Amino acid sequence: MTQPAHGATVIALHEQSGQTVGELDLPRNPGLAFDPDCFAGMKINRSATERRATSYGLRRSIKKQQQAAWLLKAISLIDLTTLAGDDTDARVRRLCAKAKQPLSSNLRKQLDMGEWQVSTAAVCVYHDMLGAAQQSLEGSGVHLAAVSTGFPAGLSPLPLRLQEIEYSVAKGADEIDIVISRRQVLEGNWRGLYDEVKAMREACGDAHIKTILATGELGNLTNVAKASMVCMMAGADFIKTSTGKETTNATLPVSLTMVRAIREYLAITGYKVGFKPAGGVSDAKTALLYMTMMKEELGLRWLQPDLFRFGASSLLGDIERQLDHYVSGYYSAAYRHSMG
Amino acid sequence: MTLMDSFTNLEYSSALESSVEAKQWLAAQEGHFGHFINGSWQSMDGADQMPVTNPATAEQLAIIELASADDVDAAVSAAQAALPAWQKLGGMGRAKVLYALARGLQKHTRLFAVLETLDNGKPIRESRDADVPLAVRHFYHHAGWAKLQEQVLPGYQAVGVVGQIIPWNFPLLMLAWKIAPALAMGNTLVLKPAEQTPLTAMLFAHLCEQAGVPPGVVNIINGAGATGSLLAAHTGVNKVAFTGSTPVGKSIRQATAGQGKKLSLELGGKSAFVVFEDADLDAAVEGIVDAIWFNQGEVCCAGSRLLVQANVEQALIAKLKQRMQTLTHGNPLDKSIDVGAMVSEAQFRRVKSMVTQGLESGGDLYQVTAIDESTNYYPPSLITSVETSHPLVQSEIFGPVLVVMSFRTQAEAVELSNNSVYGLAASVWSENINRALDVAPKLQAGVVWINNHNQFDAACGFGGVKESGYGREGGMEGLYEYLKPAGLQRQPVVTFEARETGSDTLATGAIDHTQKFYIGGKQVRPDAGHSRAVHNTLGEVVEWIGVGNRKDIRNAVGAAVKSHAWSASTGHLRAQILYYMAENLSLRESEWVARLQVMTGQAAHQAEAEFHASLARLFSYAGWADKYDGLVHDVPYRGVTMALPEPKGVIAIVAPEQQPLLSCISLIGPALAMGNRIVLVPSERFANLALDLVQVLETSDIPAGVVNIVTGPRKDLAIHLAGHAEIDGIWCWADTDTVKQVEFTSAEDLKTTWCHDDFDRDWMCDLQGEGREFLRQATEVKNIWAPYGD
Repeated sequence: MTQPAHGATVIALHEQSGQTVGELDLPRNPGLAFDPDCFAGMKINRSATERRATSYGLRRSIKKQQQAAWLLKAISLIDLTTLAGDDTDARVRRLCAKAKQPLSSNLRKQLDMGEWQVSTAAVCVYHDMLGAAQQSLEGSGVHLAAVSTGFPAGLSPLPLRLQEIEYSVAKGADEIDIVISRRQVLEGNWRGLYDEVKAMREACGDAHIKTILATGELGNLTNVAKASMVCMMAGADFIKTSTGKETTNATLPVSLTMVRAIREYLAITGYKVGFKPAGGVSDAKTALLYMTMMKEELGLRWLQPDLFRFGASSLLGDIERQLDHYVSGYYSAAYRHSMG
Repeated sequence: MTLMDSFTNLEYSSALESSVEAKQWLAAQEGHFGHFINGSWQSMDGADQMPVTNPATAEQLAIIELASADDVDAAVSAAQAALPAWQKLGGMGRAKVLYALARGLQKHTRLFAVLETLDNGKPIRESRDADVPLAVRHFYHHAGWAKLQEQVLPGYQAVGVVGQIIPWNFPLLMLAWKIAPALAMGNTLVLKPAEQTPLTAMLFAHLCEQAGVPPGVVNIINGAGATGSLLAAHTGVNKVAFTGSTPVGKSIRQATAGQGKKLSLELGGKSAFVVFEDADLDAAVEGIVDAIWFNQGEVCCAGSRLLVQANVEQALIAKLKQRMQTLTHGNPLDKSIDVGAMVSEAQFRRVKSMVTQGLESGGDLYQVTAIDESTNYYPPSLITSVETSHPLVQSEIFGPVLVVMSFRTQAEAVELSNNSVYGLAASVWSENINRALDVAPKLQAGVVWINNHNQFDAACGFGGVKESGYGREGGMEGLYEYLKPAGLQRQPVVTFEARETGSDTLATGAIDHTQKFYIGGKQVRPDAGHSRAVHNTLGEVVEWIGVGNRKDIRNAVGAAVKSHAWSASTGHLRAQILYYMAENLSLRESEWVARLQVMTGQAAHQAEAEFHASLARLFSYAGWADKYDGLVHDVPYRGVTMALPEPKGVIAIVAPEQQPLLSCISLIGPALAMGNRIVLVPSERFANLALDLVQVLETSDIPAGVVNIVTGPRKDLAIHLAGHAEIDGIWCWADTDTVKQVEFTSAEDLKTTWCHDDFDRDWMCDLQGEGREFLRQATEVKNIWAPYGD
């Protein structure tokens, strides 16, 4: 399939949603045959990208009730994550409990939420933690994500990486966060990247695949854009910035570059691909900037958990403090909110 | 709306900035403003008045008085009286005052920003993030120039009293651009803000009181066009600085003609936004938002002509239309909006009717939101399917309206960009550095942004060419607008006509010598077929020269225009040619010394001195040819801002009578060294001497058409040159009436003028007769902004 690199159709990004809070029926991105024409001409201007990235907070305000609502929405977009060497079943169970019930009943009451339940979108763990997590999340509607494919470096043998996916899917993960081989990008082996991700997508089966680009290791924004496009062509459901383990993780300019690639892919194929910034989104204010970017660049539809996630561990705590401030007028302290 | 509703809709909040403090300040002034003259507020009973309104709400904010001729007199007198003490204060003293003004602005940024938005209708986000910080920066930057002036600008002195007239689109920022450099260089001033938007200037006047600006140094008078005209034409004003429309700029040029004033004009534009196929199109889309939807498009350098390479045109337009869907508008005090109100109902109606009428000539209009008459909101607009001849492509709209055309090749992009009477700014969008750096110098504009648009900084000059005016504001190049050379020594007037007593009879036994014009490298007979005799000091006929007319000028200019390769040649090449010219001239020393004596009546040693000074001057400019470097400005961003001195193009030189060989060489030299082509009109009395130079020019490898000489009635020829639109600048040494006519006529196309009366300097003195002042006049500074980063 050969399409112009720059789609010439105006996509109505800002269709009125009338959506419910829950998930929507979204056709999965089937991918495209490998076609270098779709990305070969991509060139990203860093200064201009940075200039746009700094504008979201200056051009848009989210305050008071809107802010509370956006922050509740932000909670519903979180992949609550623990990826530490000292993770244990007990630690993961505590995290899952927090994911299911992120807000204290007192805060929920003050927010007048009634029966309205808010939980995080998913819990994201290493493979070995899946058992404990699945037990904890049973029936909660919270998705279970596993990082996979030799996370975070992605340098184990490909058959093992694919097998790892199958193991995790079998263990109950319905979302797999894979890492791409950065060397394929740095060596310009786009076909190799495509083939690997496509194989991973196949290994995922019905589980959704989030492809982690590890953008901090890709050299420049043009590589980020091209890698985004190749992953989407290979069938990614989400493209994700970082493992959280690189020196530089999610930034707004990198995210904007990826989000624009998503828009490009939509223009070419009509398929919506999700975006997940990870690492570096640790406070409510930053989360709102990202959400503003999503709304401005892709529209409201991309503020639903089937198309946008935050990969975060400490973000939730700050959101709780901000919500507490909203209802009380005073700033709260971390110890007043339950640990995740 | 419930929390759940907000959760579903995820709408933004409106974030209204409070106008309480601004309203309180206005109330404290009783909503009435006279004039700030000699450090105190002046009000006249029975003065004409005008309301100042908030364009977004039609609410009346204040009343201003309109300055009468007496008020203007009083303000100019105050500025004159304050001048000596202000200059005596010295660089350090003035730096302290400018620093206090910078700090004062910084202390009240919120009040200034809110007042600006109330008055102008621009979004508070822009007044807060652009107008006010840039104004603060301007005062800081120029505090430094005040302190450094003596070290870095020797040989220059303040112009004196400056009259400044500013527009309504960036009221405080334009005030800063005017006042900061004027004060730094030791001038005193009278400033007139636009009658639509005087409020931040009124607040600034209060700040002057607090910051210790001595009375009379800054005078701010209110008024409309009539007051502006009075100020510009006032004989007590030594320099006029104007920012506004091209028609008003032209009328100021005419009104000040022959008054011996310095003049800088920052006028209209129709700046090109050029997108190549290898651009980052998403970046370009945001650039377009900055270019045409910043400040409601009420920006002189707005990128209002989008030129896009044909193979990405549809893709770019699709992206742009998509982007337009998310532009928001509303109360300008709301921090969450992108587009505010037009400055006035009049401007709103003007834009609306221009677009409506323009569309009668064709074009497809795309707007996402509707016009809102009640708030003077005109929506961001995109007009496609238009060609170069379309009125909306040619005229400055000064509103949020973008026209789009496509091009096929880089050469066509340059040609389309330059196909405008304006030449203020342009931007080039390409990820190919070779292409961007090739195109930027070819665009006729004072500012070229590479992969960005509408960026400004105090360290970098801003201003245009062609009918966008002349002069630069900001940076070192901007300081010269408020300086004049120090130490020019007026020379005693010599009336050469008195010697012209002889007949038209050839001396017995002499061979007839008739000199033709020198045009396009050829010796050409006068169009009208008239010649006149040239006499020596004894009254004898030495030779005959042609009498030129308008057609001869046309031919000479045509030849100069064609020889554009000279302007693209290297300084190294031009240096060699100028050395060679000196070499060839030196071979004819005895002949020239004799000729100078017999023509001017100088003693032999004087003629020899003039001849040797001429050789030395050619050597100077051969030296300068590859050394008049540009600057890389220290602008606070990750990038390089290059101030490039570019040749003006075709310069008309109307040469003085005094020291005829030396003065001619002193003017040809810098013009050639900087890569200009020349049409020279020598003094009538010594026209033959200039024509005698032809033999030197012809043997010195100067390409045909680079120097063209037409002789004849100096005033007539000068006026033809002044009105010819293919002349980019005119240098004129002549009598006051000729100078006046030249300056007046130059308003036709707003070419630059550099006019003097004869005998204004001693050409034998290097400080007066050569150097950077001449090179500056031979060039236009183009600032190229090149942000980088991968």
